[in-house]
Amino acid sequence: MTKLGKIKLTKRHALSTRIWHWVNAISVIILFMSGLTISNAHRRLYWGDWGFDSSQAWFVAPMFPGWATIPTRYSLAIARDYHVLFALVFGFSLLAFMLTALLNGHIYRDLFARAREWSPANVWLDIKEHLKFNFEPVEGKYNILQKIAYAGVVFVLLPLMVFTGMAMSPGMEAAWPWLGEMFGGRQSARSIHFICAFALITFLIVHVLLVLVSGPIRQLRDMITGGRAE
Amino acid sequence: MKRRNVLVGAMAAFVSACNEVSETSVFRNLVDGAQSWHRGLHRALGFGRITMAPEYKASEISPFFRGNGSRDVDTDAYRKAEAEGFANWRLSVTGLVDKELSLSLEDIRALPQRTQITRHDCVEGWSAIGEWTGPQLSHVLEAAGVKEGARFAVFRCADTLGGSEYYESVDLDDAYHPQTIIAHELNGEPLPVINGAPLRMRIERQLGYKHAKYLTGIELVDSLTPIAGGKGGYWEDRAGYQWYAGI
Repeated sequence: MTKLGKIKLTKRHALSTRIWHWVNAISVIILFMSGLTISNAHRRLYWGDWGFDSSQAWFVAPMFPGWATIPTRYSLAIARDYHVLFALVFGFSLLAFMLTALLNGHIYRDLFARAREWSPANVWLDIKEHLKFNFEPVEGKYNILQKIAYAGVVFVLLPLMVFTGMAMSPGMEAAWPWLGEMFGGRQSARSIHFICAFALITFLIVHVLLVLVSGPIRQLRDMITGGRAE
Repeated sequence: MKRRNVLVGAMAAFVSACNEVSETSVFRNLVDGAQSWHRGLHRALGFGRITMAPEYKASEISPFFRGNGSRDVDTDAYRKAEAEGFANWRLSVTGLVDKELSLSLEDIRALPQRTQITRHDCVEGWSAIGEWTGPQLSHVLEAAGVKEGARFAVFRCADTLGGSEYYESVDLDDAYHPQTIIAHELNGEPLPVINGAPLRMRIERQLGYKHAKYLTGIELVDSLTPIAGGKGGYWEDRAGYQWYAGI
């Protein structure tokens, strides 16, 4: 292991991870709340390439109230301003985090589950420990449920948000026409974007609740200062 | 309870900050910057080729093409024009051109035509697929001869919304784009009134509000600032929509 690697391991969270964590948290919240305004502009969701009225819709989203939206008073233009600005912050910070985490070994070391961790006995044990509010991993930094959740968010949900968002942008789709096709059409991309947004917010809520029951002061402090590796 | 109050308070402060921030010039500059970044990425990721909006098969056309915004022009002049089958409708080409033009529908139909089945995406979120026919704007611009210094094509319309005339504009990159056509037919029929009869623009790499309907004139200009609210389009002036609607 290089000298650099040793220094990094003395911190619980690498500096790059901490910066990205907070940039991403702010971006996701702003994108979600401005996204609710955009949903209010046209509440029906469709599959395929096109759709505009209820006969084509598979789902009608509820009207999201002002306290949950950015801006509070309905303005599609301002919501789109926030959305297109923070889409860039969100997308490029995710890319930077993924590259850094690949290079400093965070992905391989902490997020990838080893074969033995996937054994039903281990997964079942971890579920039981979670129900007892014990979140300490037997080995490594994260237990199997944490690895599934974090890797699922970093490698599945967040990239899906980026690519379905790009597929909806007509200028982007002209450059990369396979984007829309990949998701089965623009309206499918829009539906997947909506579903993934709520999956992500569900993760965020569960994540915050678990932080609150597992020593919130220490958890927050470590995600700011880095903490110490155990 | 206390923690919850802190959370609610933080949330309220955050939301009201967002509401305030959207009024500041720093935020406006950031948003304009983001818009240029998106546009730059859309062009750069085409890797040097002219990026084209997807075109569809005839079997994929939507059974009905939704009309939005102005669905009619409530003036005597338009009623008369409609009754005449738009035989006396004129499309002017003015501004920074060598030769100003005034084209009839017959002139427009006599130009080389392009037919394209494309998807129309509204800023609100819905989409519809239709087949559009008309001459490429580039042919009309070549006939008029665009002067050096022209940077934007402004589209003038017969309709008013909320008391203001509808208009739109694009840069010359989109004006000369092969899929930018002056459509006079939808799905093989003359353009219906709800979709902008007798002429509308198709700007296929941008959202619906760019596709000016009830088209009466095309003006070549070097700056958008002196026109109406100065932001390059009806919705841009009125609601603050982004001028680059390719996002």
